[in-house]
Amino acid sequence: MFNTTDIPKSSRITRLVENLYAKMPEIESTRAILLTESYRETEGEPIITRRAKAFAHILRNIPIIIRDEELIVGSSTLAPRGCQTFPEFSFQWLEDELDTVETRSADPFYISEKTKQELREVHKYWKGKTTSELATSYMAPEAIRAIDHNVFTPGNYFYNGVGHVTVKYEEVLAVGYEGIMAKAQAELDQCHVGDGDYARRSRFLEAVILSCQAVIEYAQRYAMLADEMASTCSDPVRKQELHIIAQNCSRVPAKGATGFYEACQSFWFVQQLLQMESSGHSISPGRFDQYMYPYYEADIRNGNITREFAQELMDCIWVKLNDLNKCRDAASAEGFAGYSLFQNLIAGGQNKDGEDVTNDLSIMSIQASMHVFLPQPSLSVRVWNGSPHEFLIKAAELTRTGIGLPAYYNDEVIITALQNRGLSLEDAREYNIIGCVEPQKAGKTEGWHDAAFFNMCRPLELVFANGMDKGEMVGIPTGDVTEMSTFEEFYDAYKKQMEYCISLLVNADNAIDVAHAERCPLPFLSCMVDDCLKEGKTVQEGGAVYNFTGPQGFGVANMADSLFAVRKLVYEDKSVSMQEYKEALAWNFGKGFDETDAADVASAVIRSLQEQGKTITEENVSSILNMVLNLKPEPAKKARYEEIHDLIDRVPKFGNAIPEVDYFARDVAYTYTRPMEKYKNPRGGQYQAGLYPVSANVPLGGQTGATPDGRYAHTPVADGVSPSAGKDVKGPTAAATSVSRLDHFIVSNGTLFNQKFHPSALAGREGLEKFVALIRSYFDQKGMHMQFNVVSRETLLDAQEHPENYKHLVVRVAGYSALFTTLSRSLQDDIIRRTEQGF
Amino acid sequence: MDYLDTKGRIFDIQRYSIHDGPGIRTIVFLKGCVLRCRWCCNPESQEFRIQTMMAAGKEKIIGRDVTVREMIEKVEQDRPYYYRSGGGLTLSGGECLCQPEFSRDLLRAAKERGINTAIESMACAPFEKIEMLLPYLDVYLMDVKHTNPEKHREFTGRSNELMLENARKTALSGKTKLVIRVPVIPSFNDTVEEIQGIARFADTLPGVEKIHLLPYHRLGQDKYEGLGRTYQMEGILPPSMEHMETLKKAVHAVSGLDCQIGG
Repeated sequence: MFNTTDIPKSSRITRLVENLYAKMPEIESTRAILLTESYRETEGEPIITRRAKAFAHILRNIPIIIRDEELIVGSSTLAPRGCQTFPEFSFQWLEDELDTVETRSADPFYISEKTKQELREVHKYWKGKTTSELATSYMAPEAIRAIDHNVFTPGNYFYNGVGHVTVKYEEVLAVGYEGIMAKAQAELDQCHVGDGDYARRSRFLEAVILSCQAVIEYAQRYAMLADEMASTCSDPVRKQELHIIAQNCSRVPAKGATGFYEACQSFWFVQQLLQMESSGHSISPGRFDQYMYPYYEADIRNGNITREFAQELMDCIWVKLNDLNKCRDAASAEGFAGYSLFQNLIAGGQNKDGEDVTNDLSIMSIQASMHVFLPQPSLSVRVWNGSPHEFLIKAAELTRTGIGLPAYYNDEVIITALQNRGLSLEDAREYNIIGCVEPQKAGKTEGWHDAAFFNMCRPLELVFANGMDKGEMVGIPTGDVTEMSTFEEFYDAYKKQMEYCISLLVNADNAIDVAHAERCPLPFLSCMVDDCLKEGKTVQEGGAVYNFTGPQGFGVANMADSLFAVRKLVYEDKSVSMQEYKEALAWNFGKGFDETDAADVASAVIRSLQEQGKTITEENVSSILNMVLNLKPEPAKKARYEEIHDLIDRVPKFGNAIPEVDYFARDVAYTYTRPMEKYKNPRGGQYQAGLYPVSANVPLGGQTGATPDGRYAHTPVADGVSPSAGKDVKGPTAAATSVSRLDHFIVSNGTLFNQKFHPSALAGREGLEKFVALIRSYFDQKGMHMQFNVVSRETLLDAQEHPENYKHLVVRVAGYSALFTTLSRSLQDDIIRRTEQGF
Repeated sequence: MDYLDTKGRIFDIQRYSIHDGPGIRTIVFLKGCVLRCRWCCNPESQEFRIQTMMAAGKEKIIGRDVTVREMIEKVEQDRPYYYRSGGGLTLSGGECLCQPEFSRDLLRAAKERGINTAIESMACAPFEKIEMLLPYLDVYLMDVKHTNPEKHREFTGRSNELMLENARKTALSGKTKLVIRVPVIPSFNDTVEEIQGIARFADTLPGVEKIHLLPYHRLGQDKYEGLGRTYQMEGILPPSMEHMETLKKAVHAVSGLDCQIGG
């Protein structure tokens, strides 16, 4: 049973949010300095010991702060929304961007001259010692070439920690780190010096104990700080609050929580410190409404807490989730725009026995997002046939606010999809979502979700160029495209390029995987994931029960439309020859070369001249470049290319509920999802495909030439499994039906379907009812995920012109919410361009 | 001839319609109308003949002939959404009573497939034509624009006696759920007295429980230009939300009807 009545928002929350957003976020150097100090002292020791010692050194010495009016404490930086850096993963990009990070378009950070100086000093130590450098040395040259040519990018884990995990919060809440240390000690006591894996196992367990001890001490520092602040506090109300904070921090997370407030504080230290140990994002709280419920329920039953205060505490946690931040390199910041940490928190759904367990906290999670109205946490709700209707109505009310939350997930597809990957039925029923859209079982999984962005358009470009790209062999030779006499031959060439490029992606990801295990094993994280303690190894070394690698493809809709158009125009109607198609693409359907293309073409010309043994001077380079820039198609040809574009426009497109096109798209998606399944990662787990782009469809589209679906060069590619922007012209039901015709069960790393609505589509109770019916109908048809932008076009245009008036305008950008004004202009434009699903 | 082969003339189909009857609906817009309402937002619907209209700088053909079979296949495509939402098919226009055989057969095809049916219509036709549809009609969204015959004639081209009489006959038949809809048009019927007049009339119709007040909008304005016609409502602003609320209260003051703003 649960209560859906609104709980009013405490004024404290308004002030906490205002203080959090008062200034531009700042980069701090304290973690990097402490980390490096420790590493210098532990040269030569086992890596797992060095990691634990560095973590402990940081927690004992990093400056701490309790912000005004906070009830839940623990901040990784002194500045609100500040970020620490993690040079052990990579630092070169930061070194290169220290002077531009404050002025860049996506996710800028303030950095003081002093901090810059300190980081430059620290970076000297790390040369040659990062996971990134080790990973590069493990990669095959052809994989590196494919990365250089933007076929895929494994940037996420190449430069950062992995994150993307949900740990056993419930165990920390129940027994505290003292309990976990005791477990580790018990394992250690059973180790025999003669065991084959004694060295690794014993050092790992010792590292766990050291890390847990450091976390307990860190909380004690907060207890002392709170006491100190209380002693000088003149406001009696705040004084009392600080006393309670001190009591909480002296008990948790060392011990099990005795009530809801302690459980909230304990939860927060886990959430915060996981992100102090490693720079991985998407550390996802998961089923908060489930593991917190026993504490809430007991406190309510015993009269220890009011519903209003419980809500205020949750709101405080929601605010804190936005206090954490991360600085990415400029290119990744475009791809993950919006300062997002993707801390996914999910409400509702079934328990391991298949019963619906939506409760008060599920509703209060939605309420908290309404109160706090910030992008974090990435709120999700689980939907199945047994979901209470009023729960979904409450969720729809949140959607209506335009915050882009929650995302809706279909139990009926995800549970089966996970079972197909070897999860037990019980584990699959308890799934939660990691990051954007990736399902997994909490506390048992190292999913390596979000392992790479794979651009499905690039292999088709390779087909047209017989494997070549900018003068280099990037793919494999599949023959002259103009000689392919049947569509099957053409399609087969695409499949071959896809399979080859996927194998390169696997090579790159596995190299990075090994590098993380060797250079950055994480003992603190690992003590909260089964069966690391029993196995005596970290998750990075394969200690988790379930191991996956999940790279995400994007551009499905472009490739479906492209291959369908080629089949129709070249092979069926014979209205365009392959030679003409090839030329039309090269000439960008008559638009000619822009500077990016010209540079690409010029570099190909130069390379081929060099291969012929010619010396190229700088003067030659600029004249070749100028020549290319001035190239224009002959007028007659230009007209024909434009005509071809018109012909393509008239070919039916994915997204309009046309069965022939939709089932063709389903087959095209298999060119990515099926080859992926056969690969294994170094942790002994399987590869599983995702189809979602975060926001990479915009920057990576910028690196993609014209495609046969009529998409012009360098424009965004389609978002997730959504139809190409503007190509779905039959409204949201037709688009949803089309998307549901893809096979979502095989895409067990998640699919992403974005729809944009004008707020009037959700007006009144009637509007909410019909909106919920739309979601349920898409899920009846076996779609996996759905999310919505509810905002008017005018609002967005105005926000572009007057960002200062829209500091809090949140939009959902493919899988998460972000502040609109912090997105780059091109991404803003993409959001505006999406088909308006109005009334 | 099989009823599925009956032909009709339409000019648009709109899926995910959520303001025109219960649930999520597909609207089939029929071409041709007997009225010429000045505020009409679908001026391209009024003439039965196939026309061309300039839209976004391009010539667009308005109107095409279809069979009931073709249409019901389209309507079927959104069945999962009707199932979840209690939605279905709505005929709009134009005026579907101008093509009674086609309308009857399309509604029948939907009913035989278990799909909910509705029409949006002014009831401006001999009652026999309405009677043809009633056996297959779940919901009748009936426009009542004014109680004054003269004013009605001035703004729509026809007097209102036939329509008011048909409203009563339809209600008395008991064969369909009748909902009264009032387009609220400034300068025509947007005073409290005029709206209350309609509400009082609607309240006397047996079985009628609901009245919808649909605020005037200008979204059709460009289409007049596209057809080479002048927009006679130039300069008329949509009613404010406050005024709509006032009218809603006014309806409640004189009738027992459930009144909602918008469809």
